[in-house]
Amino acid sequence: MHPAPSLILFTVLSGIGFGLLVWLGLGLSAPVGLAAFILFGLGYGLAGAGLIAAAFHLGHPERALKAFTQWRSSWLSREAVLATATMAVMAPHAASSAFAATPLPLFGWLGAALALVTIFATAMIYTQIKAVPRWHHWSTPPVFVLAALAGGAMLAAQTTLAHFLMLALAAAMVAHWIAGDKRFAQSGSTTGTATGLASLGRVRLLEPPHSGRNYLLREMVHVVGRKHAHKLRLIALGFGAIFPALLLMLPASYGTIALALIVHLTGMTAQRWLFFAEAEHVVGLYYGKR
Amino acid sequence: MTTLPTTTQKKLGLVIDLDTCVGCHACVISCKGWNTENYGAPLSDLDAYGGEPEGTFLNRVHTFEVTRDTAPPMVVHFPKSCLHCDNAPCVTVCPTGASYKRQEDGIVLVNESACIGCGLCAWACPYGAREMDGAEKVMKKCTLCVDRIYNENLPEIDREPACVRTCPAGARHFGDFADPDSNVSKLTRERGGFDLMPEQGTAPVNKYLPPRGRDTLDMPDLASMCDPAPENAKGFLGWLDRALERL
Amino acid sequence: MTQPKLNLSPQVSDEVRKTTCYMCACRCGINVHMKGGKVAYIEGNRDHPVNKGVLCAKGSAGIMQHLSPARLRAPLKRVGPRGSGEFQEISWDEALQIATDWLKPLRATAPEKLAFFTGRDQSQSFTGWWAQAFGTPNWAAHGGFCSVNMAAAGIYTMGGSFWEFGQPDWDRTKLFLIFGVAEDHDSNPIKMGLGKLKARGARVIGVNPIRSGYNAVADDWVGITPGTDGLFILSLVHELLKAGKIDLGYLIRYTNAPYLVNAHDGPEKGLFLRGEDGKPLVRDRRTGQAVAWDKPGISPDLGNGVEIGGLTHLPVFRHLADRYLSDDYAPEAVAERCGIPAPRIRAIAAEIARVAFDEEITIDQPWTDFRGVTHDRMVGRPVAMHAMRGVSAHSNGFQTCRALHMLQILIGSIETPGGFRFKPPYPKPPEAHPRPHAGYAPGQPLDGPHLGYPLGPEHLLIDDDGQPKRIDKAFSWDAPMSPHGMMHMVISNAHAGDPYQIDTLFLYMANMAWNSSMNTSQVMEMLTDQNPDGSYKIPRIIYSDAYSSEMVAFADLILPDTTYLERHDCISLLDRPICEAEALADSIRWPVVQPDRDVRPFQSVLLDLGARLGLPGMIKEDGTAKFKDYADYITNHERRPGVGPLAGFRGNGTGQGRGAPNPDQINRYIENGGFWIDHIPEEAQFYKPWNAAYQDWAVARGLYDSPQPYLFNLYSEPMRKFQLAAEGHGHRQPPEHLRARLIQTMDPLPLWYPTFTDADTDPADYPLHALTQRPMAHYHSWGSQNAWLRQIHGHTPLYVSGDLWTEHKFAEGDWATLTSPHGKITLQVVRMDALNPRTVWTWNAVAKRRGAWALSEQAPEATKSALLNHLIHELLPPKGDGLRWANSDPVTGQAAWYDLRVRIEKAPEGQSLSYPAHPAQASPVPKAPQDITHQVKA
Ligand SMILES: Nc1nc2c(c(=O)[nH]1)N[C@H]1C(S)=C(S)[C@@H](COP(=O)(O)OP(=O)(O)OC[C@H]3O[C@@H](n4cnc5c(=O)[nH]c(N)nc54)[C@H](O)[C@@H]3O)O[C@H]1N2
Ligand SMILES: Nc1nc2c(c(=O)[nH]1)N[C@H]1C(S)=C(S)[C@@H](COP(=O)(O)OP(=O)(O)OC[C@H]3O[C@@H](n4cnc5c(=O)[nH]c(N)nc54)[C@H](O)[C@@H]3O)O[C@H]1N2
Ligand code: SF4
Ligand code: SF4
Ligand code: SF4
Ligand code: SF4
Ligand code: SF4
Ligand SMILES: [Mo]
Repeated sequence: MHPAPSLILFTVLSGIGFGLLVWLGLGLSAPVGLAAFILFGLGYGLAGAGLIAAAFHLGHPERALKAFTQWRSSWLSREAVLATATMAVMAPHAASSAFAATPLPLFGWLGAALALVTIFATAMIYTQIKAVPRWHHWSTPPVFVLAALAGGAMLAAQTTLAHFLMLALAAAMVAHWIAGDKRFAQSGSTTGTATGLASLGRVRLLEPPHSGRNYLLREMVHVVGRKHAHKLRLIALGFGAIFPALLLMLPASYGTIALALIVHLTGMTAQRWLFFAEAEHVVGLYYGKR
Repeated sequence: MTTLPTTTQKKLGLVIDLDTCVGCHACVISCKGWNTENYGAPLSDLDAYGGEPEGTFLNRVHTFEVTRDTAPPMVVHFPKSCLHCDNAPCVTVCPTGASYKRQEDGIVLVNESACIGCGLCAWACPYGAREMDGAEKVMKKCTLCVDRIYNENLPEIDREPACVRTCPAGARHFGDFADPDSNVSKLTRERGGFDLMPEQGTAPVNKYLPPRGRDTLDMPDLASMCDPAPENAKGFLGWLDRALERL
Repeated sequence: MTQPKLNLSPQVSDEVRKTTCYMCACRCGINVHMKGGKVAYIEGNRDHPVNKGVLCAKGSAGIMQHLSPARLRAPLKRVGPRGSGEFQEISWDEALQIATDWLKPLRATAPEKLAFFTGRDQSQSFTGWWAQAFGTPNWAAHGGFCSVNMAAAGIYTMGGSFWEFGQPDWDRTKLFLIFGVAEDHDSNPIKMGLGKLKARGARVIGVNPIRSGYNAVADDWVGITPGTDGLFILSLVHELLKAGKIDLGYLIRYTNAPYLVNAHDGPEKGLFLRGEDGKPLVRDRRTGQAVAWDKPGISPDLGNGVEIGGLTHLPVFRHLADRYLSDDYAPEAVAERCGIPAPRIRAIAAEIARVAFDEEITIDQPWTDFRGVTHDRMVGRPVAMHAMRGVSAHSNGFQTCRALHMLQILIGSIETPGGFRFKPPYPKPPEAHPRPHAGYAPGQPLDGPHLGYPLGPEHLLIDDDGQPKRIDKAFSWDAPMSPHGMMHMVISNAHAGDPYQIDTLFLYMANMAWNSSMNTSQVMEMLTDQNPDGSYKIPRIIYSDAYSSEMVAFADLILPDTTYLERHDCISLLDRPICEAEALADSIRWPVVQPDRDVRPFQSVLLDLGARLGLPGMIKEDGTAKFKDYADYITNHERRPGVGPLAGFRGNGTGQGRGAPNPDQINRYIENGGFWIDHIPEEAQFYKPWNAAYQDWAVARGLYDSPQPYLFNLYSEPMRKFQLAAEGHGHRQPPEHLRARLIQTMDPLPLWYPTFTDADTDPADYPLHALTQRPMAHYHSWGSQNAWLRQIHGHTPLYVSGDLWTEHKFAEGDWATLTSPHGKITLQVVRMDALNPRTVWTWNAVAKRRGAWALSEQAPEATKSALLNHLIHELLPPKGDGLRWANSDPVTGQAAWYDLRVRIEKAPEGQSLSYPAHPAQASPVPKAPQDITHQVKA
């Protein structure tokens, strides 16, 4: 799949934003006053920025409101509804923490639960796509959820929690890659099934339908070199989870947290880039790209 | 309307005959012509006369080569448009309800005025049957020519998809798969019509007919056919004489 | 949630205008849907005899052709050097004045100094008539580089060939063999026909080095080595003869198989033995005597001869059998050369025999033959064949096409149910065609039609020294039977001043600076080559095109044409009509929209020019123009009394074929959907050359002036006459260097010899064959300006066989250079296994010169494409004898495009552009729009 910057930003930023909101909502760290203003602001800001980035991906953002209507069937719609609900439900808790120095735990917990489900919904947008076998697996949501929670915990200065979540994230990433590498084969889709010609012999694309490019190729067929992918995986794993986990073992300070954050975001960007770029869509079978 | 209807009254779709398709792209362009002028926004062409032209097409013809161990390689032309799946994943992922499957005939459509152009439905389709229009930024797909097949402004005989009407080789057939006696149901039964990527669980309505056996010509020697064999020139004259006698 | 409400019956158009497609020369009927006076949508016309509603990709994309940014906008006068593309737009008055000033003195002094050649237009009877009135012998259309081998072999052998001459009996045939066809002129009919065969489960055998398109759907594929079809066909003949699976009754009744061949040494040797009255003689089996072939009640012999003067004169069939029964034609003997295993050749022969004789079909339809004998039914041999340039575009193509027709005739399948059927006005034997003419004189019209069918050396167009009278050297010893002329030689001969200098080259609708010339790079040099005084070697070039093609840049004066939706055209019985085997038909084009530019229909311009030049037939007595425009000509011109360009609705509107001009004729065509059709009576539908009912019907329709029954020429006497001349008989003698070649290739019975290139090439230097194929979605160079079509085929990959791929260790994305004795091209390679192992190929005519066709200079047509034409030459490599040996068929002059041999090398790493890359030509039209979202919606 095409690793669109808007989608990488969306998943990384809104993930970490909602992750932070989970912890803030749960009251694990219960800042008040300016601290609350800053932290909640950060959570809302990141989540919002991610959503705005996502809107850049839309052909018709002016019709975005319509995306709230299909929550019964569509994970994207659910994500939109849940994200908004999270922000709305969390708002009294946030406002009260910041301006009245009084957290409202009921709103907080409910908000945290919604934030968690929002992150899950984001993951499900991808996980549900059967046509992208790498995504269509139980190992996808853990990566999204753990990344959000680990990043969020780090922002919430829950260093120990963050440390363990980072390790869990590392494990999730590795699991996702290991599982993911086998997924296309497991999906059973081959040029043979795509064309139905398997029983006749070995099937190979001779000529693409058009010599010109098209939307499908641009959007869904992206080939990453094996070496390149390997390097990026190391970066994603190291920067996204392991180094932050190590940094978080140092005595907590704004400096280390800021450093860990930067390292983590860099790693997660690499992870998300790979998440898209390495994901092969079965439509590639019709274009000899597999 | 993003949930799928549990059943549809009709199941309209296409049968595509891979034994007959010569790969002429006629269906591709008649589809482009009809749908540029009709349903929704025109199908655009970006950089139309430039170095990287990229247009929207609802139907494209791929060409595959099949190599075999004991027979010569085959070439198979492979037209592909939306299969109007019964279990259409493109519909259920749509956040706006722009994508829907019609209850009355099962046609999968995009309501362009509700489409936000998120592209998710195109991701969900295993077949590459949806394309986001580069100019209009809404999702485009085969409409099964819904604006032709019931169109009272067209003579009855023309109420069929543009691609079917135009196919010179007669490799495309349109009909109702819910009716076991329809042309498409019969063809599918008789010729072993199959689904593309059944493992994707989409339950496509459109069916493909396999190429018939190729390169099977295997005849007894002519010698066994003639009476009596005029093996050499001399024998030939004798045979000729007898044959002329019989005329 | 409810579904959106849809308008299921939107208005499709305000009006449908029915005319004829011209995205290619197949001439399908189209319904042009109009909205607000604009073209909204084009579909096939269901009533039309050619396409019956279907339409190909090109046809449906007509709207983009009509709106092409490459359309010329006004007459152009060259202001920069030739080839630069720098022009100034001028008025029609000025343009026509320039043309008149150039041509008038020529006509008065030396009309032959005008060479007027036209491309694939459909007004050849009109342009030929104009050239005849002008008085130049130098006129022809594109047939010489196209497929004259097929046409000429068909006419000389049986009075017609494939495509516009005839078609398989698609509804009845049970076995269909298709040789060397990628697309052909009958684009839609062939696909419709294949569809019918497939629906019935009939067997299709494709003979082609490349398995794509029609060959991909063929049940059996014969991946033959290029240039060897003749050998393969004669091997099939060998097998059928050996097995006695031939239709002797048919051969006796309808062919010259029983004719006795003169065996006496001397000037008559090899000609038919004739009686006092000139009638060919046959041996009557009952009496053993030689009697006139048509004497009633005889039983002609095929095996034995007649002894006269101590020599036995054998019948044609005996010569034929003796030749093809030879072991030289045994499957084993040809298998390796043809690249087809012997058992497969046997199997195909056996299948032909089985279907022809064991699956005979009959139609219960009585008919009467020209001898007056009535038959109570029509017996058919349901084996049909079709062939095109894969067999014809070789230097052994004429004889190969003859061999193919002979095969069809031997099994008795021509004009019988399930076999091959002529389309009127064919069949028409060579004798019924005119002879060629080249008698010119200052200020005078030519002494007769330019083109025709020579029946012997006496009909050659050479002067007393044996020098060709035509600039293209058609009908000279170089190509004695060249009934379509040799357009591919014009530029190179005019440049060389061989046989003489010309002044003005006038071209119409032919991209001669690019894809229709062999040796393209050098042709561009010839067109721009100057004398020491700075004048051009070819002094003046006038060209009519509708688009900004490569050729435009090389002309001095451009007469811009309309698009096909903006003009009248006439698809005439005098020309290349749209008839079907069951019907006579012709059609028109008419302006369904008016041009929005300062362009004029070329035919009308030609009439205007003719009037300005005072050409006979184009002016009234008072010297003013006789015809207002082409529509006026179509309606009122008469070729013979009562016979004009259009056959339908003549006289008071009921005249079919014959009748006085009808002022309302064009309107009647428009009302009728743009065409006219007249069905052949049932009893006249088959056996047309010998069917009395057909002959009478054809006379009534004005196709012939009297019945013309004839026999098929298994043995070609005209060819033997040329061969006799080469053997030293007669006063017209070929030049010495051509003698041996003429003796070999003018054989009156079909034969195979290796193509000249194959014969002369050391396989170590050039081991491979290189071919082009037409893409179904493009028409020559026209397709690339079409925004929709160019996305399908926007570049020309080089397809290489699996064997070569492995041998040269190619990987995806690699580029390779092809080298021939004449040049190099570099293209990106693609692997194709379903390909003859020693063959490479690419698409024809997709490659473009930078700056042409209003495409950007980055267009893949220019950057990732190359014409194979750069590797081909109109001449064979010099043999060291100082002579120019044409790379053409020695009989007809057909350009031998597919004789090409090459070698392949992997291009160096980092190659990303195709070669050659000619510099850009300036564009005489404005820059094309970036994006298009065309919708007319009312
Ligand atoms: N390598 C290779 N070369 C080949 C062949 C091959 O098989 N291989 N095939 C050969 C054969 S068979 C042929 S017929 C030739 C064809 O080659 P050409 O005869 O050169 O055909 P086109 O490229 O179509 O060029 C025709 C010209 O007509 C112009 N034109 C189009 N429409 C109109 C119109 O309405 N009015 C006017 N006035 N002009 C118009 C086009 O713009 C174009 O410039 O190519 C030959 N060249
Ligand atoms: N779409 C489209 N239609 C066209 C045209 C076009 O440009 N585009 N051009 C029109 C014109 S002008 C013409 S002349 C016709 C030509 O119609 P075709 O003759 O069908 O066209 P070509 O592309 O020359 O195809 C030649 C075929 O012969 C094969 N071949 C080459 N050498 C040999 C050989 O030695 N033996 C055998 N058996 N096969 C061989 C090639 O692989 C190729 O498939 O098409 C007409 N129709
Ligand atoms: S083919 Fe693709 S777009 Fe069409 S219904 Fe099936 S999943 Fe949806
Ligand atoms: S692109 Fe349009 S139709 Fe497709 S999922 Fe998004 S909103 Fe729905
Ligand atoms: S049914 Fe209509 S929309 Fe669908 S592919 Fe055919 S022409 Fe195009
Ligand atoms: S129009 Fe028919 S034959 Fe041509 S590509 Fe389409 S399906 Fe195949
Ligand atoms: S074959 Fe195609 S391009 Fe040619 S006349 Fe017919 S519809 Fe037009
Ligand atoms: Mo041609």
